[in-house]
Amino acid sequence: MNHAVAPQAMNSLVIRSNNRISTLMLTALGLGGILLVALGSVLIGDRGITMDFSARMLAPSWQHWFGTDQFGHDMLARTLHGLSLSLNVGLITAALSTAIAVVLAMLAATGGRWADAVVSFLIDTTLGLPHLMLLILIAFALGGGTTAVIIAVTLTHWPRLTRILRAEILQVRSAEYVQASRQFGKSWWYIGRHHLLPHLLPQTLVGFTLLFPHAILHEAALTFLGFGLEPGKPAIGTLLADSMRYLMAGNWWLGLFPGLGLLLLVLSFDAIGNGTRKLTDPRLSEV
Amino acid sequence: MTSSLRYMLTRLLRLVLVLAAVAVVAFSLAKLSPIDPVDAYLGPDVARVGPEQRALIAEKWGLNQPPIEQFSHWARNLLSGDLGFSMTYNAPVAEVLASRVLASLPLMGLAWLLSGLLGFVLGILAGAYSGSLLDRVIRVYSFVLASTPTFWLAILLLVMFSVSLQWTPVCCAAPPGMLADEVSLWQRLHHLLLPLATLTLLGVAQIALHTRAKMVEIMQSDYALYARAQGASRLDIALRHGARNAALPALTVLFASIGELFGGSVLAEQVFAYPGLGRATVEAGIRGDIPLLLAITLFMTLLVSSGNMIADLLYRLVDPRMRQAETLEWSQP
Repeated sequence: MNHAVAPQAMNSLVIRSNNRISTLMLTALGLGGILLVALGSVLIGDRGITMDFSARMLAPSWQHWFGTDQFGHDMLARTLHGLSLSLNVGLITAALSTAIAVVLAMLAATGGRWADAVVSFLIDTTLGLPHLMLLILIAFALGGGTTAVIIAVTLTHWPRLTRILRAEILQVRSAEYVQASRQFGKSWWYIGRHHLLPHLLPQTLVGFTLLFPHAILHEAALTFLGFGLEPGKPAIGTLLADSMRYLMAGNWWLGLFPGLGLLLLVLSFDAIGNGTRKLTDPRLSEV
Repeated sequence: MTSSLRYMLTRLLRLVLVLAAVAVVAFSLAKLSPIDPVDAYLGPDVARVGPEQRALIAEKWGLNQPPIEQFSHWARNLLSGDLGFSMTYNAPVAEVLASRVLASLPLMGLAWLLSGLLGFVLGILAGAYSGSLLDRVIRVYSFVLASTPTFWLAILLLVMFSVSLQWTPVCCAAPPGMLADEVSLWQRLHHLLLPLATLTLLGVAQIALHTRAKMVEIMQSDYALYARAQGASRLDIALRHGARNAALPALTVLFASIGELFGGSVLAEQVFAYPGLGRATVEAGIRGDIPLLLAITLFMTLLVSSGNMIADLLYRLVDPRMRQAETLEWSQP
């Protein structure tokens, strides 16, 4: 971080190698959690979708780890379905958002003053609105539903990554090998493809992974408020919104477990994102 | 000095431009919506109203004119201070907005102050004793809380304190059936407690992490080493040198976090049925109450953009390097 700490950094070499191992373990744990959700939701099939009125509103037990709801749905199965829905929406939106960020950052950094001004104005406008407010507005405009959520979350999550990538490109742009390439008469388009994009790849991948948790949390929040996924789908937001009606009667498990699952999923992605960031950028590993 | 003044002026101009852009975007989005405002207004009465009456309503609201015409009409009214009429609450938007802001102000304001203060103190402690058990606890807390869905935390608090322990009320801003002026200050606070706790617990995380990072840097600085050589204790250094130097960055983060705070309050108000600005946003969105939705959007944009602007100005004030280039970093909102 600053130059004065160099001798201390040397001293902590031993600790740092430990740090790397624990980072690696955390990353693996996160990956395992996500795989578990993806596999689990496939393996359980339509458990949690079909109703079973003989097992309504059961508290958690060995048979139903997360209890059952008012229709006799097994909440563990339902939570898994919800998480895999979140995973799908998160995957699509994070990928699209990252794509937007890469394109806009390239435009801003190589397209001249005007392009830069336009992109930074777009960023300012998007960040000037509270995140959730913009999400609600877009979902409202599109009338709710899965597509609306995907578009809303996609259109709101690119600014931060765009800023980072833009700064990164500006740095690479003034590098000597880019200058040399320019002197050889290569176009910006050629330089962009051959020098800038490969350099951006690690940052982009990390950015993509760190976008995931935000996308998932915002999807759940939108759905919880009633602007998101269709009420029939077992999304985490729907499960929690439904649970509100039964919490007063003491059915606490309906509120506890779906949210806990979501938290663990988000933490898994955080672990992977931060882990890859630390492992690829050694300067960050000690902080 | 002149460069600072010019910077301020460009920032103000930018703020106006952003507001104008948001107005255009928000209006277009609202017009795009498949929810028909007349249907939304009529609600269940929709079957009893004939096409002539519908046409009358549409004409009264100017819905039969082209969108550009509607926009300029709305924008003109807006500039002259008329925000329109809210169908959901059957009152002028300005009135609804004022009463809702008044209800949300104690919630958001207190949550803002408390999370700032608590987060700062936790960040200072964690940074001063970095690597200690205390630091670890604070870090894990902050990381986990930064990933926690707001509405889930609100639900957990509700289940624990309102349903199981019955220490706090289950909903609203006042006991049901009471007139506004009959409610005592204590009752208000009692109803405010859980939403406030939700927002504060979550808001603390980000400030604490930022302050901690800054403190770690300060504790490794030459002047901290010098103070240590003179026999000052860690806590001494943290309070005399660290806190002062870490205060402005923390304040900056705090100003930049207003948007997140509003998002949190929308969700918390939904769970606790607290009649504030957040709940009005959700109601307006679900009922298709466009004038109210647009008014809240613009109001929040003004607040958040001003917060962002103050954050930028503070940055420039403390760090002269900022006047040349922007530093960029990943921060967890």
